[in-house]
Amino acid sequence: MISINGLSKRFGDLEVLKNISLEVDKGKVIVVIGPSGSGKTTLLRCLNVLEVPTSGFVQISNKQLDFSNHVSKRDITEFRKLTGMVFQSYNLFPHKTALQNVMEGPITVKKQDKSVARKKAEQLLGKVGLGDKLDFYPFQLSGGQQQRVGIARALAMEPEVMLFDEPTSALDPELVGDVLKVMKELANEGMTMIVVTHEMKFAKEVADEVIFMDGGYIVEKGDPKTIFTLPKEARTKQFLQLIQ
Amino acid sequence: MMVRIKLYQRNGSEKMYLNSIVTDPEAFQRYYDIAVSSLLPLAKGALFYTIPLSIISFIIGIVLALLTALARLSSIKILKVIANVYVSIIRGTPLLVQLFIIFYGLPNVGITLDPFIAATIGFSLNVGAYSSEIIRGAILSIPNGQWEAGYSIGMNYVQNLRRIILPQAVRVSVPPLSNTFISLIKDSSLAALILVTEMFRVAQQIASTNYEFLLLYTEVAVLYWIICFPLSLIQQRLEHHFGRHLKR
Repeated sequence: MISINGLSKRFGDLEVLKNISLEVDKGKVIVVIGPSGSGKTTLLRCLNVLEVPTSGFVQISNKQLDFSNHVSKRDITEFRKLTGMVFQSYNLFPHKTALQNVMEGPITVKKQDKSVARKKAEQLLGKVGLGDKLDFYPFQLSGGQQQRVGIARALAMEPEVMLFDEPTSALDPELVGDVLKVMKELANEGMTMIVVTHEMKFAKEVADEVIFMDGGYIVEKGDPKTIFTLPKEARTKQFLQLIQ
Repeated sequence: MMVRIKLYQRNGSEKMYLNSIVTDPEAFQRYYDIAVSSLLPLAKGALFYTIPLSIISFIIGIVLALLTALARLSSIKILKVIANVYVSIIRGTPLLVQLFIIFYGLPNVGITLDPFIAATIGFSLNVGAYSSEIIRGAILSIPNGQWEAGYSIGMNYVQNLRRIILPQAVRVSVPPLSNTFISLIKDSSLAALILVTEMFRVAQQIASTNYEFLLLYTEVAVLYWIICFPLSLIQQRLEHHFGRHLKR
């Protein structure tokens, strides 16, 4: 499903990702943990090319990009359609209602008929528990509600993979649960997901595989039980001690 | 109470005393007649020249401004350089000099333009240069996360700009662009100097026949104000319209 090979990203002199390789099977939920600055967000952003990797090879489904060569903007735009992104700061379109936010991609990018897109958007917003907030503007919604609109907006494009970049980090504690619940449902439906998060409980319950990153490397990966109870690497142990 | 106003004729040798219009019914009648009879020609000047000149120049100018702003924001060096040179030249030279070059200067190289066309070109170029900075600033004021969100649902640059960024940037640029438009209406009086028979030139022509400069120029000033005043109301409505999705 997803195949990453020799992926590197540098910002000037700073090498943020160092030769990352990773395979993800269809329907799997991968949770990426690690200290800040470890490169986990950059890895996610490289997968939908919001950051263009310096070198390396990424394949999702049947499309691939080789960043050792020049990659055209058109190829990047096409490649992005395979992934849905959920941002830490939601990034909803403030000038559009919840419904319009979700319909925007299907109408503008997929050229779907408005009535079709509307029906789908209503259904998705219902699914994330916001069926009664269709015509609300983002400023009228709580952080948790905004983030669920963000999830619906990404799902509307029917991506192969959903990428979550610390989706609950900006939320008040009491709002985190609703968002995690939606994400759990998605995982149960068989969506392939890569989640960067500090929610260790979510990782333990939902992840098929946990990846610990530090200093631009994948230090350790494995099933959640092993990683959380019997980590092999000293750095993993140290990190888990700090957060638990 | 007697109020006397001293008026000197142009050569300054002959003194003339006029009773104030408040106390002398005859003088009042004369002023009144001149003011009323010049209203129609002045209104024609406004309707056929001042207003169309301003609106057409503004529309062309805004298109130029958007293209210039995008060129300055782009990563293509040659576009950046061209846009920078254009903005620098227009902002660094007087508008009146630009109009004179276009209307009186270009015929020397075989390009003779109708006064209205020449004025339209001059004013459009001006609006384009000044407003490009307004639009560039407005685009830059939209958080980067909005671009990323647009890209993340598969949009390309043009779709993102048209559907996500510009609708938000418009709201930010309504107040400064309204300023530009109001300035443009008043600056359009400079077109009088390249023979466009817009409102101010009409006032000049009438005043040159009856020597009532104070009356005519005051009248034309009031007319400019009457044109500009409703625009501030329109600005408020536009701001409200584009800001309806925002918390107050």
